[in-house]
Amino acid sequence: MRWYWIDRFIEFESGRRAKAIKCVSLAEDYLHDHFSRYPMLPNALVIEGMAQTGGLLVCEHNQFTEKVILAKIPKVEFFCEAVPGDTLTYTTTIEYLKDEGAAVAATSHKGEVLQARAEIVFAHLNAPWLGTFFSPEAFLSMMRLLGAYRVGRAADGSPLLPPARLLRPGDASLGAPKTAAPDGAAPQKVQP
Amino acid sequence: MPTKEEIYEKIKVALVEALGVDEDEIQPEATLVGDLGAESIDFLDIVFRLEKAFAIKIPRGELFPEDVLTDPKYVQDGRVTELGLAELRKRMPFANLDEFAKNPVVQDFGNLLTVADMCRFVEGKVEVTP
Repeated sequence: MRWYWIDRFIEFESGRRAKAIKCVSLAEDYLHDHFSRYPMLPNALVIEGMAQTGGLLVCEHNQFTEKVILAKIPKVEFFCEAVPGDTLTYTTTIEYLKDEGAAVAATSHKGEVLQARAEIVFAHLNAPWLGTFFSPEAFLSMMRLLGAYRVGRAADGSPLLPPARLLRPGDASLGAPKTAAPDGAAPQKVQP
Repeated sequence: MPTKEEIYEKIKVALVEALGVDEDEIQPEATLVGDLGAESIDFLDIVFRLEKAFAIKIPRGELFPEDVLTDPKYVQDGRVTELGLAELRKRMPFANLDEFAKNPVVQDFGNLLTVADMCRFVEGKVEVTP
C-alpha cells in the first residue's frame, strides 16, 4: 500500500484552491479491519486526504522550495461516514501563506453532501536531514501522478507548469504550451 | 478604530480557536504557553488569526523575537546576557520582562507572553479608540 490518500486532482489553481477526489474501494485492505462488518474510511485518513490536497497546493505555490508538513489541525468536524463505493471530493482553499508556514480551509463532500470540514496548518521545515523524505522531486512526481498538471492553472490563468529547474532533460521535448488548449480542453504539457 | 475591550474580545476569540481552550481560561494574566498550552506551531496560527482579525501585518520575529535567542551575541551558556535583555526590551515593549530578567534562562522565555501582552502588542499596531 502506498501513502496516497487522494486519487486525482480535478482542479488546481496555483496559490488559491485545489480540488481532488478519493474513491473509497472495498479492495483497500485496511477497510476490512476498520471495521470487519462495517467497513468505513477512517476519519484520520479523510484528514490526510484533505492535507495532501492542501499540502501540494502550498508546495506548488512555493515552487517546491519549502518542505511542507502537516503541523496542526485547529478544527475538524465530521458529518457522516465515507464507505466503499463513495467518492469524496476534497476542496482546499489557501487561508494564508507565510514564510514559516501556511493554512488551508478544507472540505470533504460526498456528492452534494458535506462529509467533513477542517482547518489545516502546515509548517515549512528546512532541516537538512528531512531532504531525503521531502525532496522537491518527490513532490513534483506526486503532482504529476495525481494529474495536477493536466488540470492545473497558474495564478494568471495560464496552464500550470512544473518549475523549470526541476524538469529532466527529456521533459522539454515533450512540449509545454504557453496558452490554454481550445474549447477548455485540459492542456497537455509535460508528461505526468 | 477598536476600543481596548474590543481588542481583548477579538484576541480571546483568536486564542480560543487557535488553542482549543475555553473562553473562561483566557484571563489577562494567563501565559500562552504555561496556562493555555500553546506550542511553537500555535504562534504561527495565532499570528495569522490576529492579522486577519485586525487587518494588520505581523512580520516574523516581531511578536516573538526568536532570532535574539539564537544569537551568540545575546546568549551565553543558555542565558540571555544584559545586552540580550536590552535588545529584548527594545523589541518587545509590550511585554513585561522584569520577572524573566531575574533568571534569564533561554528555555523559560517561551512562557513569558501573557494574554495582556498580546493585547498591548495589538494596541501598538492599530489605532485605539480612547
